[in-house]
Amino acid sequence: MSNQGKAKDPQKTKDQVETTGHSWDGIEEYNNPLPRWWLWTFYLCIIWGVGYSIAYPAWPMLKGATTGLLGYSTRGEVAEDIKSFDAMNAEINAELAAADVTQIAPNTPLHDYATNAGAAVFRAQCLQCHGSGAAGAKGYPNLLDNDWLWGGTVDEIAYSIQHGIRNETDDARYSEMPRFGVDELLEPEQIDQVVEFVLQLSGSEFDAGLSIAGAQVFADNCSACHGAKGLGDRDQGAPNLADAIWLYGGDRETLHETVSEARFGVMPAWGQRLTQAEVNAAAIYVHTRGGGE
Amino acid sequence: MSSKDIPSKLYKAREPIFPRRVSGQFRNLKWIIMILTLGVYYISPWLRFDRGPNLPDQAILVDMAHRRFFFFWIEIWPHEFYFIAGLLIMAGLGLFLFTSAAGRVWCGYACPQTVWTDLYILVERWIEGDRNARLRLHRQKKLDFRKARLRLTKWLVWLLIGLATGGAWVFYFTDAPTLLRELLTGQAHPVAYLTMAVLTATTFFFGGFAREQICIYACPWPRIQAAMMDEDTLVVGYRHWRGEPREKHRKAVDTSALGDCIDCMACVNVCPVGIDIRDGQQLECITCALCIDACDDVMDKIGKPRGLIDYMALKDEPAEIAGQSPKPVWKHILRPRTIMYSALWAAVGFALVFALFIRSDIDMTVAPVRNPTFVTLSDGSIRNIYDVRLRNKHGDDRPFEMSVTGDDTLQVVVEGVSDQTVIVPADGTKLQRVYVIAGPKSSLATTDRTPITLWVTDRTNDDRAFVATVFNGKAN
Repeated sequence: MSNQGKAKDPQKTKDQVETTGHSWDGIEEYNNPLPRWWLWTFYLCIIWGVGYSIAYPAWPMLKGATTGLLGYSTRGEVAEDIKSFDAMNAEINAELAAADVTQIAPNTPLHDYATNAGAAVFRAQCLQCHGSGAAGAKGYPNLLDNDWLWGGTVDEIAYSIQHGIRNETDDARYSEMPRFGVDELLEPEQIDQVVEFVLQLSGSEFDAGLSIAGAQVFADNCSACHGAKGLGDRDQGAPNLADAIWLYGGDRETLHETVSEARFGVMPAWGQRLTQAEVNAAAIYVHTRGGGE
Repeated sequence: MSSKDIPSKLYKAREPIFPRRVSGQFRNLKWIIMILTLGVYYISPWLRFDRGPNLPDQAILVDMAHRRFFFFWIEIWPHEFYFIAGLLIMAGLGLFLFTSAAGRVWCGYACPQTVWTDLYILVERWIEGDRNARLRLHRQKKLDFRKARLRLTKWLVWLLIGLATGGAWVFYFTDAPTLLRELLTGQAHPVAYLTMAVLTATTFFFGGFAREQICIYACPWPRIQAAMMDEDTLVVGYRHWRGEPREKHRKAVDTSALGDCIDCMACVNVCPVGIDIRDGQQLECITCALCIDACDDVMDKIGKPRGLIDYMALKDEPAEIAGQSPKPVWKHILRPRTIMYSALWAAVGFALVFALFIRSDIDMTVAPVRNPTFVTLSDGSIRNIYDVRLRNKHGDDRPFEMSVTGDDTLQVVVEGVSDQTVIVPADGTKLQRVYVIAGPKSSLATTDRTPITLWVTDRTNDDRAFVATVFNGKAN
């Protein structure tokens, strides 16, 4: 440490920094060496990277990538996760499958579980027809309202899901409306008359003259299923014609079409595809959308 | 370019540093800060605070599993993360303030890397001796029994300190006494063991071997700080106008022509980052001020005034060289920049305290269901659905009653209950489906959008909270 002589300026007491010898327009590149451990870390990362690409899927080949020695895949990880969740839920699923759905009280853990599990079933199986918000569409009932074709208690909903509607299974809910026009069961003018009567029933605008004749046509042909006052019959899945809700539409043209050609809405028997726990869960989910009875 | 142009050393090995023991006011301050910071760190998880039967009794707890942060009487939920953001902003502004006022005080006194390195050096000194003894041991090539014993003892103590460090960390995240029992009986979660292993290893390695390498090469803070210092910032410096020309005082030399620096190397020998402060302000300097203590000690011995190495500001240099007295310290600290930082810091602090006091113990968020926007019921009335998240921050279950204002004819129905009241669990939330119904042909049923207000009332004490939302009718 011989600092004498040049010690006046402390900035210059240190030995001049070595340069790399590079010089551009008089600008020299200093050599401030990196710490050696930094270099080791770099080499370690390379070694780690090589090992990692051997252990895990990495290198793209002609047909897919190398699978890696550990046999890991993200798809496999998801399958493991699903398996572990299924195992976790096995007990409560068994409880749900064995339970009487009418006896599962709201705000209990089993009910909360069923609601959430039912939401998952609904999103996977039901929304294609009933819509992601369960609001239905033309021909596919809205599950949010308080009008039910086949009953809105939780066990009735469960039965509808389990066995379906107008499908080919024996226990399906079944009814069939005659094709009054196509099969010439009614004269065209009778159909016009009964349509006006139905419009009157539901509180829409109607032709009073035709409606009076329509009342008789209705009493002779429709009241057996839809009831004398058009309030429907859930045992036969006959819709209430006097309320504000229409499955296919309540305007004059649509009603004309419905009476002439009839309707035949079908729903699969989900009991064949879902577990009992899933059916029960879906029933409780649908029941808690706002219309449950 | 020939290969001769390539310099010999592109990478350099770490030069070992053996800081000598020093005593003085800054060393004492550093001891006090070490005891305080480590004490707070180790003791905090063990403090208890009674919150009632349904809540943990740990005073400071980061409960990741249940997404709660407890700090004595304050409980923070995930949706109140702005408190954490606010505290981080305050920490940032605090660092700006301290850095602009006194340089790298954080680095020199309070940074965990500094505190643990200091502790590790203390252990090293206890076991292997002071600087000269450690240098001799380092230079001794042969690994005899004594060297092996000293090294192993040192590493073992370091390892134990590292283990205690990792242990204290995991205790912040779950009930500390329970976790300690589980750790000792081998029943704790693997993550707890893994966290402890990682933190033990990093503390052992960073405090024992990497030390100043972390500050110089790994930490971004020195670079940020370099940009935040200015000519008024108080930093550790050397009064070269007083010290130079430096010379070891020998009998033959005429000392009257020499500066006060006797080139005793005390300042260099005590430096934990291995620099010579007489070379001026350097990137490596963490301003631990130990060189000040070392130099003051020497100045006392040779009968010269203290302060050859001292906290000083760049602005004072010309004045001092000209023989004038420097600006008083408070003038360096109290200036627009630091006042502004303090004001911002205090403003954020006040805002957080204010937010803490106005926040309610009950709360809800309302998401109107837009799929569909409304449902027509069989009698023609219009129903809107709202997904309501109810929050109960009390330590017991509470009955929450839902109601609506906006129109007297509106009717509220709560899914799953016969009245409008649901039980929300203690310190928990409930996602509740709520229906609002407007009668057939009523004005709300036939209007496109009407603003309404949903209310939740805690039936126990009539605390209320509200959320403004809309009711969608069937226009046309």
